[in-house]
Amino acid sequence: MDQKTPQKIDIDWTSCQGHGLCAELLPDHITLDEWGYPLVDGAPIPPRAIKRARRAASDCPVLALKLRARATP
Amino acid sequence: MSSEILWYANRATGAVCLVLFTVVVLLGIAVRLRTRLPGLPRFGTVNLHRTLSLSATAFLALHIAMAVIDGYVNITVVDAVVPFVSDYEPFWLGLGTVALDLMLAVLVTSLLRERIGHRTWRALHWLAYASWPVALIHGIGIGTDTGTDWMTWLTVSCVAAVVAAFGIHLAHSARESRRTPAALLRTAEGARS
Amino acid sequence: MTTTTFTDVYMSPRLLAPGGTAADLSTHELRYGPLSYGDPDGLLRTVAESGLTGRGGAAFPTYRKLVAVADASRRTGRAPVVVANGAEGEPASRKDKTLLRLSPHLVLDGLQLAARAVGAGEAHLAVEDGASYLESALAQRNDPLPVQVVRLPKRFLSGQASALAQYVSGNAPLPRHQHPPVRERGVRKAPTLIQNVETLAHLALVARYGADWFRTAGTPTQPGSTLCTLHVRGREVRVVEAPFGLPLNRLLPLRGTSAVLIGGYHGTWIPTAEAAQRTLDTTDLGAGVLAALPTDRCGVAETARVLRYLALQSAGQCGPCLNGLPRIASAFQTLATPGPQANTRQDVARWSGLVEGRGACHHPDGTIRLVRSALTTFAPELDAHARGLCTASDATPLLPIPNEAH
Repeated sequence: MDQKTPQKIDIDWTSCQGHGLCAELLPDHITLDEWGYPLVDGAPIPPRAIKRARRAASDCPVLALKLRARATP
Repeated sequence: MSSEILWYANRATGAVCLVLFTVVVLLGIAVRLRTRLPGLPRFGTVNLHRTLSLSATAFLALHIAMAVIDGYVNITVVDAVVPFVSDYEPFWLGLGTVALDLMLAVLVTSLLRERIGHRTWRALHWLAYASWPVALIHGIGIGTDTGTDWMTWLTVSCVAAVVAAFGIHLAHSARESRRTPAALLRTAEGARS
Repeated sequence: MTTTTFTDVYMSPRLLAPGGTAADLSTHELRYGPLSYGDPDGLLRTVAESGLTGRGGAAFPTYRKLVAVADASRRTGRAPVVVANGAEGEPASRKDKTLLRLSPHLVLDGLQLAARAVGAGEAHLAVEDGASYLESALAQRNDPLPVQVVRLPKRFLSGQASALAQYVSGNAPLPRHQHPPVRERGVRKAPTLIQNVETLAHLALVARYGADWFRTAGTPTQPGSTLCTLHVRGREVRVVEAPFGLPLNRLLPLRGTSAVLIGGYHGTWIPTAEAAQRTLDTTDLGAGVLAALPTDRCGVAETARVLRYLALQSAGQCGPCLNGLPRIASAFQTLATPGPQANTRQDVARWSGLVEGRGACHHPDGTIRLVRSALTTFAPELDAHARGLCTASDATPLLPIPNEAH
């Protein structure tokens, strides 16, 4: 993964079940809506949060959250 | 180390494995049900499940090591991975080997989760539900503590816990699959009238 | 249902055979001339110059799509799959069915051309209805690439690109996450070109007559013609071909109407006064549906019926869509009923914000577009309903809803 390319959070909505771990690991970037699903602002993740963002991606019980260079095709 | 001590240690680690893997299964179901354990954040449930599964695996390694090292009965390293070929109690020991093989599949795929993708991982993770009862029956069949009060008590508790949790898991999955757009529409329209 | 050709009203018809009868292969070749394939790069250049955009609703430049699939194929080393999308899951739209019935060979020519342009090894034609006469039309032809006719279930999302690719692959027709996109990994993981059947028909004509010819209709920024499905009270539903830039009031009689639905069930309601100033425009034409709401009908009630259908048609995979659309649909029933409204409008606004952009496909987004336009355009009716009145006197439904039950 190129360190210089800004990373954005990409969510596979067909997999997301609202476990909510991502919101706990990245409270400054992810909150939960009234149904328990993540609200992401779409902004690139700042370098100081990248490590926690990677952890959110690997800890997601259904691997719905990924870090990508661009969020949408 | 005397053979007798090794033998007792083997039985002890076996019992510990039963308890640990039972808790691991319960925690796995808790993750699936999105249960929050008191005092822990959500990622705590997942982390506890993973950490404990590694601890349980460590105890399992000990359990197997002692059985192999102990010279009183002939159990070789091969018998630990290839089922039903041992000299000693080939059937009951073989079940233990089967349980180990299944559990190794679960463990390895979990360590490689991000590489293999969620769908493949989940299909293989269901083998955990096969591994646990096989291990239990191995313990009952081969265990020389079978029949003692404490072992019976322990076994019954673990079975009851897993059966109950599995039942909750199935009920939860059934409820989830009934949550269709049509069902939610009916609920919303019912609430408004 | 009739088809009108308006030979002297808008433009010479390009796509639909005159007289309303289906063209067999010999009629087709007599009318349009033979098809010559030329070289793929030449065709791509012509398509680029023509400015042809997709007629499936997204209006994406066709040239760029073809190039993207060809590139993906080069990168992955896999031959692409081409799918002609004739699903037309939009209940108010009849244009694709009409086109396939009257001019199937134009579509099939376009399919072969597109396949040639991207180097495809496999071609499919996906339809909800009419598979049998399409198979007969195929039997008459001598195509370089054989075409499989795929019969789709009748669902709103049958024509959604990733759902369609899944179905052609032999899986359930459910939308998938767009990473990687269908053009890179689609049918059985091959790069897949999914093109609306009307786009392919235009492609077949562009290949024959060239980009300049294509641009003799339409506007410089929106060249060409497009098929529209017109819903007007008192008349049968009609499919017409018209050039971009044509004023809407020449397509739809606006007298006696209060609002117009442009695009389809993922489209926009606009007040008649605004519609009178508008022209046919790809930015909001969507699936090409134009429906004129008579003044004595209630637009809120009409929208509530559509929203109920859209909620039921959700694939139910994505949390926000599954939770939001049924609630919004039910709330609109409340808004459509004269009487106390409580916090319904605020609820709808909040849920709309939660649903938009948070799904694997654009079903929630399109639904919210309709919701927001209805809240704006029918604001006077909403206020009247809150006071316990409804200005409408006729409860006859205007828009078609399949299997409507209450």
